[in-house]
Amino acid sequence: MTEFIQQLINGLAWGSIYALIALGYTMVYGILRLINFAHGEVYMIGAMTGYYAVHWGMGTGSLYHLLAVICIAMLVCSLLGWAIERAAYRPMRQAPRLNVLITAIGVSLFLQFSGQYIFGADPKPFPALIENKNVLDLHGVVLSNIQVTIFVSSIVLMLGLRYIVFNTQMGKAMRAVSYDHTASYLVGINVNRVISFTFILGSALAGAAGILVGLSNPTVNPLMGLMPGIKAFIAAVLGGIGNIPGALIGGLIMGVAETMVSGYLSGTYRDALAFIILIIILVVRPQGLLGKSTQEKV
Amino acid sequence: MLKVCDLHVHYGAIHALKGLTLEINSGEIVALIGSNGAGKTTLLRTISGLIRPSAGSIEFTHRGQKCRLNKIETHKIVSLGLAQVPEGRMIFQNLSVLENLELGAYPSNNKKNLEEDLEKNFLLFPRLKERLKQNAGTLSGGEQQMLAISRALMSRPSLLLLDEPSLGIAPALVQQIFSKLVEINEMGTTIFLVEQDAFLALETAHRAYVLETGQFYTQGKAEELLHDSKIRQAYLGEVSA
Repeated sequence: MTEFIQQLINGLAWGSIYALIALGYTMVYGILRLINFAHGEVYMIGAMTGYYAVHWGMGTGSLYHLLAVICIAMLVCSLLGWAIERAAYRPMRQAPRLNVLITAIGVSLFLQFSGQYIFGADPKPFPALIENKNVLDLHGVVLSNIQVTIFVSSIVLMLGLRYIVFNTQMGKAMRAVSYDHTASYLVGINVNRVISFTFILGSALAGAAGILVGLSNPTVNPLMGLMPGIKAFIAAVLGGIGNIPGALIGGLIMGVAETMVSGYLSGTYRDALAFIILIIILVVRPQGLLGKSTQEKV
Repeated sequence: MLKVCDLHVHYGAIHALKGLTLEINSGEIVALIGSNGAGKTTLLRTISGLIRPSAGSIEFTHRGQKCRLNKIETHKIVSLGLAQVPEGRMIFQNLSVLENLELGAYPSNNKKNLEEDLEKNFLLFPRLKERLKQNAGTLSGGEQQMLAISRALMSRPSLLLLDEPSLGIAPALVQQIFSKLVEINEMGTTIFLVEQDAFLALETAHRAYVLETGQFYTQGKAEELLHDSKIRQAYLGEVSA
């Protein structure tokens, strides 16, 4: 039982990171009906930003440093997300969806291999932004300060996102654009600006995820975005792509399921699990757990 | 107020509008009638900037300022005072009635005007007030049309374009909505109305244009068109003698 609860905690921490990445997939899909395959690379750039921020003189060791690094990574990733949309997707706005999808794969590969060229292919040790210690030990169930940081940061970011989407003028515009572009233009919404904002928001969350993953993962490398990117995408599909609470739930389920599988079966099945989940969800409930099945508009 | 001059629109190889010239004066209700596929919706979408003309000009005068709309983006055209109630209403069905109305005021984003304009719309369509918190997708067709009109009015347009406001709505409600349009016009909003129901359109409007496959067949005072025998045969279902 102790082990189970421990695995559950580890899984939820890991799942929060998937959820943060999945939110970016789901928001962009909601607004453009596009799977932004470059999103995993944005997360990689977030982690790299953390590495270089410390490498170039940012201090470590306090909560203040951690927050500063998270903010820098979010900023850098926002800019990157904005630039990707501007340079790669906006010129394709009128193109068939398949063309845009292939563009997304192209951007993803471009970032992976430019990353290898610029940062080098070797894994880099991610700096210990805060010292790892256990804050709670209850009958053998351990909660580390890193896990607490991951939980708190994720919750704060998600509440912030919720506030933006449901309580601000821009959030209302985002929901309008996700419903229909033409109707949004006709009420005077600058649709392109809303799309840019969505990319900025999703990329900022991925940037934060990049730092949070660095806290518990020892190394970063230019290809690190690939698997978490695909898994977060599957998490978004699992929850119902386009649905914000769905991305959250999908991410958490994905994290817990992976941790359980590597804990009780074997670590080698871990990556296969995501695809098994994808296949099952596509067969049984293709609209996802919280997604509505698409109906014809009347 | 609106001057369209020799307007051509192409969809690829298809020549959809073949040199339309029309003028709408401040204070009028002008109707555009014509059968399916004549190009009525294309004309409205081009005026709103959703489709770009291949030739010709669209000039809009708002508060004494003349603007060429040809190259202006749709959302900016709306903030210039030209709003459209699109075909099929295009209500944001995932949002509440109130949120739909608030989005109508998106370009100005002025809290004080918002309250005032909401009250005006509730006087016009009291039913919307009852359903304010409701999801807009749960409204009936007629209520959605009321909401679409109110939403467009929230941007305080000087010219309101309406595309087939009677489409898919119970006949009793159609009468009610058209009488509201007259009311809206009397309060100072110029109206350009596209309508397939020619009789209804000609009864409501002051003037009308008749569009046939991309060209104006005729134009004139609504009352005269209503008694024109050719129009009666082609659009009002009168059997020729």
